[in-house]
Amino acid sequence: MSAPTEETHAPDLLYSEAEEDLRAAVRSLLADRSDAPTVLARVESDTPYDPHLWKALAADIGTAGLLVPEKLGGQGASHREAAVVLEELGRGVTPAPYLTSAVVATETLLALGAPDGPVAGLLGDLAEGRKVAALAVPFTASTPDAAQPSGVVAGRVTGAVTGVADAAAADVLLVPTTDGLYAVEAGAEGVAVEPLVPLDLTRPLATVTLDGAAGTRLADGASAVAAVRRGLLAGAGLLASEQLGLAEWCLTETVRYTRERHQFNRPVGSFQALKHRMAQLWLEVVSARAAARNAADALATGSPDTPLAVAVAQAYCSGVAVHAAEECVQLHGGIGMTWEHPAHLYLKRAKADSIAYGTAGRHRETIAELVELPAP
Amino acid sequence: MTAPDAAELRRRTQDLLAAHPPATTGRTEFLKARFDAGLAWVHYPAGLGGLDAPRSLQPVVDAELAAAGAPDNDPRRIGIGLGMAAPTILGYGTDEQKQRFLRPLWVGEEVWCQLFSEPGAGSDLAALGTRAVRDGEDWVVDGQKVWTSSAHLARWAILIARTDPDLPKHRGISYFICDMTDPGVEVRPLRQITGEAEFNEVFLTGVRIPDSRRLGPVGEGWKVAQTTLMNERVSIGGARIPREGGMIGPVARTWRERPELRTHDLHQRLLTLWVEAEVARLTGTRLRQQLVAGQPGPEGSGMKLAFARLNQEISGLEVELLGEEGLLYGDWTMRRPELVDFTGRDAGYRYLRSKGNSIEGGTSEVLLNIVAERVLGLPAEPRNDKDVAWKDLAR
Repeated sequence: MSAPTEETHAPDLLYSEAEEDLRAAVRSLLADRSDAPTVLARVESDTPYDPHLWKALAADIGTAGLLVPEKLGGQGASHREAAVVLEELGRGVTPAPYLTSAVVATETLLALGAPDGPVAGLLGDLAEGRKVAALAVPFTASTPDAAQPSGVVAGRVTGAVTGVADAAAADVLLVPTTDGLYAVEAGAEGVAVEPLVPLDLTRPLATVTLDGAAGTRLADGASAVAAVRRGLLAGAGLLASEQLGLAEWCLTETVRYTRERHQFNRPVGSFQALKHRMAQLWLEVVSARAAARNAADALATGSPDTPLAVAVAQAYCSGVAVHAAEECVQLHGGIGMTWEHPAHLYLKRAKADSIAYGTAGRHRETIAELVELPAP
Repeated sequence: MTAPDAAELRRRTQDLLAAHPPATTGRTEFLKARFDAGLAWVHYPAGLGGLDAPRSLQPVVDAELAAAGAPDNDPRRIGIGLGMAAPTILGYGTDEQKQRFLRPLWVGEEVWCQLFSEPGAGSDLAALGTRAVRDGEDWVVDGQKVWTSSAHLARWAILIARTDPDLPKHRGISYFICDMTDPGVEVRPLRQITGEAEFNEVFLTGVRIPDSRRLGPVGEGWKVAQTTLMNERVSIGGARIPREGGMIGPVARTWRERPELRTHDLHQRLLTLWVEAEVARLTGTRLRQQLVAGQPGPEGSGMKLAFARLNQEISGLEVELLGEEGLLYGDWTMRRPELVDFTGRDAGYRYLRSKGNSIEGGTSEVLLNIVAERVLGLPAEPRNDKDVAWKDLAR
C-alpha cells in the first residue's frame, strides 16, 4: 500500500494580468457601492442583497458567467477568475449570491453537460445575471448524501430542506429528488421559502418547503448525484478563496488599527506580543493563498488531483479565516466588540464559512481516504 | 551586449559539454571550466562565473547539465560559501578579492564558514564583542565565536568584529575575511543536543588579518552583514519538493505500514499536520513561481518559520506514534557530520535536531519581528541601545 506522492500536473499558483484586472474592477465596484456602513445597513433591512449591486457585479462586469462557456452566454473563463471575484467578495464581506448561484448552482448545471434545452437556457439566464439560482441543499452539505433529497409524485416535488443559503434571493431552486434533479421556480405554487435568523447576516439562510410544486426535471438520479457532487466540490474549493479574502481584510485592518491606536504612550502594534500574533497571521494568510490558488487551479484545469486540492484548501483555509477574524476582534479591543465596527460581520461570515460545504474535520476525513492514512 | 536568453544559455551549455565531456573530464576540472564559461551562477558578472543573465534562467543550465550527467559542485557541502560569502564578496569586495575568492569557492576547493554569532551576541548580533585593532597594515583580532558550522573544514571565514567600541553598537563593526589556517585560530567541536558536533566554537587569539581582506569600509560591517543575512534567509530550497517530501514522509509511511500503532488522537494530529505540510509545500511552490516570474514576494521570510514549527511538531508526533520504540535512540556516539541532515536517522534524532530549526539562522522570535516590521510595517519596539557607545552598554 502506498500513497500518491507525485502530482499529475504542475499547478499555476500565481495571478494572471487578466485576473488582476478583474480583481481591480470588482474591488472598485465594491468600494463605491458596498462599503462597510452600506453592508451593515443592508443586513439590518429586509433585503440584505442590493439588486443594483448584483446587476453591476453579475451582468455589467460579467462575473456571473465566468464559469459558463461563451456559446451558452457566459464568459468562458475559469475557476481561477471566479476565485479572484470571491477573494474580493470575502474581503468586502459582500452580501451577494455569488458563491451559491454563480458557482454552486452554475457548476451543478454545467456538470449535466446539456448543449441545449432547459439546462442550457437556465445557464444563459444565470450567466447574464437575469436570474439567481440556489441548489436546495443544506449549506453544511459536503456530499450529495447530505443533500436531503425531496420526493416526486406525478411530476410534483414534495419535501423540506433546511438551512439553504440564498434560497430567499433565488428565482430558481435546483432540487435534488429521489427522481433526479428538478428546477422549481421559487414563486411557483406549493413553494415556501421561510427565512431563518442566520449567524452570518451577510448570507441569508432559509427553509425551503415544497408541497407538490411543479418542476422541470433536468437530470435523472445518477447524473443528478454526480452533478450535485461537482457543484459542492466547486463550492468548497472556491469558498477557500472567499475565506482567503476575508482573512486578508482582517489582517490588514488589524495592522492598520494597531499602528494607530496608542496605549501606554506607544502604538499598541509596537508590542512584541501583538506583533508576533499578526506576523503569525500573515504567515497563515500567505499559506492560505497557496492552498486556495491550488484548489482553484485544479478545478480550472480538471486535474485528477482536484478532490485532494479542494479538501486541503478547505481543511486549511477555514481555520485561517476564523483565526484571522477572531484576532481582528480581539486586537481591536473594545471597538471590536461593537456593532458599528464591521469586525463582527467578518467573524460571523468566517465562522459560518467554516461549516459550509463541510467542516475542516470532514475534509480531513476525505484526505485520509485519498492519501491512504486510514483511521484506526 | 544584451543578456543571454534561454536559447543562448542552452547553446553555451552544449558547447561546454562538447569541450569537456563529463565522461572523460575530472570533477574539479569540469567545474572550473563551467565557472570560466560563465555557467556557474549565470546572474553573476562575466569573468566571475556568470554572464549577467537573469537569475531565473539558471535552471535551464542546471537541467541541461544534469541530463548530460555532469558533476555538480555539491551545493549542500559549500552552502555557507555559496549562499552567504559569495553574494557579500560580490556586493562589497574589491576586484582582487572577487578574482581571488569566487572561483575556488564555487568549485568547492575552498570551504567557507561564518564567524558571526558569539556567546553574548546571538539574536542581538550587533552586540558582539570580538575586537579587531588596527596595527600597521594588519588588524589584530581577539574574541570568541560560537555555533560555527563547517569551521573544522573551512579554509576561509567571513568575520564581523568590533573596530570602534566608542560608537553605538551597530556603527563600530567591520567585516573581514579570516584565514582559518592562521595561527591564533582555534576550532573546538561543540557537542549538541543530538550527541553530535555539527558546530564549533572558534577562539581567535591575536589573529592578524591584513587590511586587504576587509570587506567594505571600516565601520560599515553591520551594513555588509545585512547582505549576508538577507541572503541566508532567501537561500531556502530551490528544488521542487514532492508531496510528502519533507519530514511528514517518514511518519506517513509508518502510519501506513504499522496499523497496530494507530490511535484516534494520533490520527487527528497526523491529518492536521499532513495538511499543514502540504500547504507549506504549496507555499514554497508559489514562492518559487513568483521568483521565476520576477515578482519576488516576502513569503520567504515566513517559510523558515513554518518549516521550523512543522518539523518540531511532526517529529514530536513521530516519537509518540512509535510508542516503545520512541523510547530508544539510535546512537549517542559523538560524531562530526560533514552535512546536516534534518530528516535522516531515527525519529528521536529528528525530534532533537528539529529543536534547532527555530534557533539557527535567526530565531523564530526574531523572524516574527522582521515579518511584523518589514512586511506588515508595524512599529519597532522602543530601544535604549541605539545611541549609546558599545563600551557603555550594560553587559
